[in-house]
Amino acid sequence: MADLSVEFCGIKSPNPFWLASAPPTNTGDQIMRAFDAGWGGAVWKTLGEPIINVSSRYSSVDYRGQRMHGLNNIELITDRPLDVNFREIAEVKRRYPGHALIVSLMVESKREAWHAMVRRAEEAGADGIELNFGCPHGMSERGMGSAVGQVPDYTCQIVTWVKEVARVPVIVKLTPNVTDVVYPARAAQKGGADAVSLINTINSITGVDLDTFTPRPDVHGYSSHGGYCGPAVKPIALNMVAAVAHETQGLPISGIGGISTWRDAVEFMLLGATTVQVCTAVMHHGFRIIHDLCDGLSSYLDQKGMTSVRELVGRSTARVKRWEQLDLNYRVIAHVEQSRCIGCGLCYVACNDGAHQAIAAQPDDRGRTQVEILEHKCVGCNLCSLVCPVESCITMRRIDAFGEAQLPWTEYNKNPSAHPHVRSNRHDS
Amino acid sequence: MARTFHLHAGFASLDQEIKPPLSADEAHAEANRCLFCYDAPCTRACPTHIDVPLFIQQIATGNTAGSARTIFSENVLGNSCARVCPTEVLCEGACVLNDQHRPIAIGSLQRFATDHALSQGQPIVRATRPLRSAVAPVGIIGAGPAGLSCAAELLRLGYASVLYEQAERPGGLNTYGVAQYKMTPRVSLQEVEALVRAGLDIRCGIRVGHDISLSELQTRHPALFVGVGMGRIPGIGLAGEDHAAVWDALDFIALLKASSDAGHGSPSAQALRRNLHGASVAVIGGGNTSIDVVTQAVRAGAKKVWLLYRKGPSEMPAYAHEVHLALEHGSELVYYAVPERIVAEDESRLRGIAICVVHADGAAVAGPHGPRDKTSALLECSVVVRATGQRGAELVASLPVESERGVIKVDAQGRTSNPRFYAGGDCISGGQEVVNAVEAGKRAARAMVHDILEKLPQEAV
Repeated sequence: MADLSVEFCGIKSPNPFWLASAPPTNTGDQIMRAFDAGWGGAVWKTLGEPIINVSSRYSSVDYRGQRMHGLNNIELITDRPLDVNFREIAEVKRRYPGHALIVSLMVESKREAWHAMVRRAEEAGADGIELNFGCPHGMSERGMGSAVGQVPDYTCQIVTWVKEVARVPVIVKLTPNVTDVVYPARAAQKGGADAVSLINTINSITGVDLDTFTPRPDVHGYSSHGGYCGPAVKPIALNMVAAVAHETQGLPISGIGGISTWRDAVEFMLLGATTVQVCTAVMHHGFRIIHDLCDGLSSYLDQKGMTSVRELVGRSTARVKRWEQLDLNYRVIAHVEQSRCIGCGLCYVACNDGAHQAIAAQPDDRGRTQVEILEHKCVGCNLCSLVCPVESCITMRRIDAFGEAQLPWTEYNKNPSAHPHVRSNRHDS
Repeated sequence: MARTFHLHAGFASLDQEIKPPLSADEAHAEANRCLFCYDAPCTRACPTHIDVPLFIQQIATGNTAGSARTIFSENVLGNSCARVCPTEVLCEGACVLNDQHRPIAIGSLQRFATDHALSQGQPIVRATRPLRSAVAPVGIIGAGPAGLSCAAELLRLGYASVLYEQAERPGGLNTYGVAQYKMTPRVSLQEVEALVRAGLDIRCGIRVGHDISLSELQTRHPALFVGVGMGRIPGIGLAGEDHAAVWDALDFIALLKASSDAGHGSPSAQALRRNLHGASVAVIGGGNTSIDVVTQAVRAGAKKVWLLYRKGPSEMPAYAHEVHLALEHGSELVYYAVPERIVAEDESRLRGIAICVVHADGAAVAGPHGPRDKTSALLECSVVVRATGQRGAELVASLPVESERGVIKVDAQGRTSNPRFYAGGDCISGGQEVVNAVEAGKRAARAMVHDILEKLPQEAV
C-alpha cells in the first residue's frame, strides 16, 4: 500500500485530498464529518466581516443528461459570526490534530485589518492560512477577492502585510479571471507566499430561462455573474497549474478546479500540485466520494510501483513546452481497427466537414458506414479518434517519416529551405 | 438492461448464458448512468448490503480492483451472486431509475468487476490480522454458500476453520443446483478455488456422522457452524411415483449439469441428456426450482414441457420474472393442476401423468390456452420431475439443536439453541437465495467470534 500522506509547505496531511473553501466547509460539524469520512484536510469557508447573502445562489450546466458538469454560484464568504467560526475552528483542531485545517481569509485591504485577522486565525489553531484573492462576485465590487488578485501589485502588497505577522504557512488562492495567471503567481511569490492554490472560480453566466428571460440564478427577476467551477473547468485549471508550476519552480501548489475522481487528482499532481482541493463533487455527491479518491489513488500508485504520492508531483510539468519547441518531424496517422468499427460514420463527417478530409466512407451491405483512412491526406490531428464512440477502435499510430532527428520550429525557422520534407507533408499548402 | 429472451430453434443451449458478460465499453457506459444515490435503496435491498453505488462509481473511475474489493468486503461469493441473484426483486428492483426509465444493470456490473478481479488473481478475502495458530477453532459442516461465507468471514477476522463437505466437490448448490444457463459448475469452483488460495481449508467427501462422528467434531472444534442446506424432495404420495422416469428436481438438475460439464459427464448424465431430446416433460411444482427444471429441459432439447401447479397464479411462489422466463421458453403452465397418478408404459418408460384440473372452488378452469372442458386428463410424457418442497437435511435431526421439520431454529445472528452450534443457509430458512446464505454465514461468523472465539485461551485459537 502506497503512502498517501503529504507535507505541503510544512503542513502535514494524511492524504492529499482537501475540501476547498466553499459551502462544504461552512461549519465545524461538516468538516468533522468530512474528516471522519476520510478527508485529509479542509480549507475553512472564507472568514471576513459578516455579509448578507441573496436567494437563490447556485446554477448549473447539465450536459447530455448528466447533471452539474459546471456549477456557478453567487454566494459570498461566511455569513456566520466570526467568533462562532473561530470557536469551531479551535474545536475541530482539538479533536482532529492530525488533519490539515486551513483557514481562508478575506478582509478589506488595510494592513491592520489583515494583521488582526491573521492573528485570530492562528490563535484558533489554523495549520495554515489561505488568502482569498479570487472570489469573482460581490466581494470584488467591495475591493476584495479578485479585485486584489487581478492586480499583481496589490497581491504582493497584501501578502507582504500578512507575512509580517503570520507564523503558519500562507497560501495565496489565485483567480483565473486574468490574462495570464503567471503574473499574480509571481507577485504572490515575491510577497513571500509559502504556496499558491488555484484556480478560484471563473466569471460566468450559466444560462438564461427561455420563458422568463432571467439569467440564472434568478434573484427576483435579475441575476449577476457568478463563479464557475466543476468538471467543466478542469482543463483551464490544469493549464494554469502547469503554467504556475513552470514559472514558480518549487513553490508548492494546491490544485483546484473540477476534481471529481482520483484520476483528475493524479493529473493535477503530475502537472505540479502537491495537494488537491475538491468542492463541486462533494456538493453533488457528499463527503463519501473520498473512499474512491483514496482507494483509486492508492491502487494506481501500487500499480505504477510508486510508494508515495510525492513521486507523482510535477512528473509531467516538464512535458508541457512552448509550441515552438515541439518536434515537427513527429508524425502520427489514424488507424481504424475495422473489427471494432460499428459503422456510425462520426469520424467521417468530423474529418470531412470539420478537419482535413482524410477519411473515405461508403455504406456497407448492412447500410452502415464503412470508413477508410486516406493515409496520404491524414495530418494526424486526432479528431476522428476523439469522436469515435468505441474504445480502442481508432488509434493514432506513429509513422517513421523522417527518422529520429527532431526538428522544432525554432530550428526550422532559421533555415526553412534546409527542411523541404516538412513542407512536403502539408498537403494543403 | 433487461434482456428479453426469445426462444429460437438452435438459439438456446443448456450452457448458453442467459446474461452474457458486459464488455468494458458497456460496463463503463452503464456505470456512468448510475446516480450514486445516498443511502441507496439497492444497498438496502441487498441481503449482504454491498455498497452498490460505490462499487459502480469505482468501475466508472477505472478503479476496477477497488470495485471488486468493495463487493467482496460484504459478499465473498460476489462473483456467483452476480450471476444467480434474483436482482429483479433485490438491488435492481429497488433502483430509483425504475421510476424514470430502466434500472442500472447492477448484477452485470458486479459480474464485470468480480470477473476481472478473479481473472487477475486478486484475493477475495484477506485476514485482517495473522491467524493466531494452526489449530482451527471452528468446524463447518457443509461447504456451500453459507459455510464458505462463514469460513471466509472467520478468516478475515483472524480465525481458522475446517469445512467438512460430503459431496465430491465444494460449492453446494452453487456447484450442483443452479440452472446451468445462470452459472456453470466451473464458475462456482473457480470462486471456491480463489477462497482456498486465500486460506480456506475444505475437506470434501467427508460425511459427518459417517466418516467422522459429531462427537469427534465437537472435540476438535470449540465452535461449529451448520450449513448443510436442505435434503431430498420427498414423494408426494402419487401412485407410481417410484418409477425410474420420475425424478427429484435436484437430482435432475445436478445430473443435467454434469452432462454438459466437460470431463465429468457420467454415462447416466449422458443417458438423461439423450432421453430428453425430443421428449415431453411434466414438471410438478410452482417454485423457482420448478422453473429451473422447465427451462433447462427445454434447453436440453425437450419438445414439450408442462409446468403443473396445483394452485393459481397469485399463490405461485416462483418470482414473476422466472415464470415469464419459463413461458418464453415455450413451456405450458397449467394452474390448478393436481397430479393424480403416474401412468407407466413399462418398467423403464412412461405413458404420462394423469392430472385433474380444478379451480379452488371445484369448478373447471381455463389454462393458458383457452378453456379446458375436461376436469381430468392424461398428459403424455416420458419424463416427470417433482420440484415440490425439499425435506430437511438428514443430519439435522441428529444434531443437538432445536429444529422444526428439518429447519434449524436460530436467532438473527445464527445462534442455535445449543451455545456451541451456529447455523445458516437453507437449513435455517428452508430454502432461500445464495445471497441470503452468504449473509447468514457472515453474521454467524461474527457472532461466534463475539460469543466464543474471543474468549478462548490464546493457544486454542
